[in-house]
Amino acid sequence: MDSTAIIGTTNKKGQVITDPRVMMNDAPRTPSFFTGSEVIKEAVRRANVDVMVAYPITPQSEAAALCGELFAEGYIGDYFRGESEFAVMSQCAGAAFGGARVFTTTAGPGTMRAMENFPMWAGSRLPIQCIVTCRGINSPLSIQPDTIEIAYLMNTGMLVWHAETAQDFYDWILKGYMVSEEPDVHLPLALCCDGFFVTHTKDVVDLTPVDMCLPPYDPYRSPVPCMDMECPPVRMMRDPFVMKSNYISYATHASWQQEVWAAAERSRKHTIAWLNGLIETEDVDADILIVSSGTAVSQGREAIRLLADEGIRVGLVKIKTLRPWPEEELLEATKHASHIIVPEFNVIGWLAKEIKATIPNSKRVVAGPRVCGGMTLPPEVIVEEVKKAIGIRSGVLAGRGG
Amino acid sequence: MSLNYVKFTPGFDTFMPKEYRDMVEHGPFGKKTTVSQMGSFKEILEEHPMCAGCAMTLFIRLAIIAFPNPEDTITVGTAGCGRLAISQAAIPFVYGNYGDQNGVASGLSRGLRIRFGDKHKDVVVMAGDGGTADIGFQQVLHSWFRKERFTTIMLDNEVYGNTGGQESGMTTRGAVLKMAPLGKKFEKMDMVAMAKIAGCAYIATVVPNNPRRVESCIKKAVLIAREVGPTYIQAYTSCNIEYAIPTDQVMEDAKTVEDDRYKFAEYVSEDAKAYLAERYGYKEFIQKPVAAVATA
Repeated sequence: MDSTAIIGTTNKKGQVITDPRVMMNDAPRTPSFFTGSEVIKEAVRRANVDVMVAYPITPQSEAAALCGELFAEGYIGDYFRGESEFAVMSQCAGAAFGGARVFTTTAGPGTMRAMENFPMWAGSRLPIQCIVTCRGINSPLSIQPDTIEIAYLMNTGMLVWHAETAQDFYDWILKGYMVSEEPDVHLPLALCCDGFFVTHTKDVVDLTPVDMCLPPYDPYRSPVPCMDMECPPVRMMRDPFVMKSNYISYATHASWQQEVWAAAERSRKHTIAWLNGLIETEDVDADILIVSSGTAVSQGREAIRLLADEGIRVGLVKIKTLRPWPEEELLEATKHASHIIVPEFNVIGWLAKEIKATIPNSKRVVAGPRVCGGMTLPPEVIVEEVKKAIGIRSGVLAGRGG
Repeated sequence: MSLNYVKFTPGFDTFMPKEYRDMVEHGPFGKKTTVSQMGSFKEILEEHPMCAGCAMTLFIRLAIIAFPNPEDTITVGTAGCGRLAISQAAIPFVYGNYGDQNGVASGLSRGLRIRFGDKHKDVVVMAGDGGTADIGFQQVLHSWFRKERFTTIMLDNEVYGNTGGQESGMTTRGAVLKMAPLGKKFEKMDMVAMAKIAGCAYIATVVPNNPRRVESCIKKAVLIAREVGPTYIQAYTSCNIEYAIPTDQVMEDAKTVEDDRYKFAEYVSEDAKAYLAERYGYKEFIQKPVAAVATA
């Protein structure tokens, strides 16, 4: 299929199939006041999605149900409720194996239950998009915001992006398909946000025109054959090396795993073009930097404003993509900093660990402040962490101990 | 599929592997082949790494020959012995995760329907008793309750053969196997009854001894699944290794098991009967005209 030939034609809902660059970069935007869940629906409305599979789990249930309304309106080809997250992700895999553009959403324990699928998706090169509205996965049960599940996703071979705002979310859902469906990438995307903070709050989001949509997915622009019996019948293996204990078997598996990760690396150039860089920086000449991802970035911005009022200059690095990991960008952005503060919404500090493993003199990294289990991250807590790092005594915040 | 690709690109025929040339020149794509012609055409599945005397392999070969449109058929499976053979076939085999074959098949069947509309793409699941009745149980049952239109075939060897002989839910009560050192404590699961409760439109139990019957059941199951609803075939495919059946007695064992717990049984829903009769001319399901009721 010549993908340029369909530009300008309409889909079954009468939406004009638009050059994605025109649609995302040039088309007029309409400011709209929506919750994050509603923004997911609006992005999917414009994404020419073939199949969506849904399952209830807080805080993504609303978005998953709103996509059902899109199906009822005819914007999604097929939609149904699966019986568990593991089943949902398997159903998504099946639809993608058959050449469909697939969308789904999950959160917290659902992400963990589905986990067996994610490396399989990546290994099978299925460009499925999975929204992850992060929440706690600990016991006792918590439904509150907590980003610990991202630590697991980062090691699956999927692309992992971490949205800060509903606007990021809207744009990245659409741009995400463009990156992950590239033939030299062709990997699933876990598009993460912090549950409730993004999904359940209202924000002004600039939407692209409702009568424009992405071009449909072309399954023949894939590095592996589509399982639709329209490609030559590939005999996968001469002798099934799956179970074998020999060098060829090991080498086959090893080289394929390396290729999956290489594909994630190759997504850089596309991602940089679409997201305008893997990171966003402000004032990185400052001696102190706040480096973070997700809504912790927003809290960091507030902290920077409070610190500026006191005459303390702090720069900011917003990490947009965790996979691919912006190694070169971080090395460059942090080269002047003496103190690197990494606020996070999880107990283990996975982002700080990644940063420490990337930059020289990792003692500069302050792995905190960290909150978890649904706690909020007031800017004052970040302010205090900054002051502590540079040796300024400040009033102890209530509940923070001596 | 477009049958176009099952031919040589001009100039390449002499360079293609023998096996590929055989498939193009003597394969079953686009032809009507039957089990009674076995040995006279290139089968979609021939070479495989299965054990000598494996009844499951015979059944899989028969099943694949029986596919009404192999050129538009995609198989789905999961871990187990069967996968080692099915993945050798000249039609696509989708392997997802452990026990998720019916979930994958649900998505695959729906995705293909969206893309190809009225052109039938047959999706056939072949998985073992462990994959179907144990680890895959939830997804199997839910695919049936959702009335997903594809065929599920259980290759029932009554044991986890591939992992070395552990008890499964389909093992008969009392059998001593790994992980059942004192003998299995509960009865063989009645998956046929569950298929009926869950609303399968066609259900059959078969053994590989009768190739024509296997062929007939598979054909009906695949055709019905195109439009009517889910179909289920449960096949006894003994593991001669774990049950220590001498290879020359594998067929005899199948006969014994057939007489004991695998008697041929076939359920065809009324909708499925009407569909087979109207769409595919199955004479045995053509409704006989109801005699006119005498009026006073």
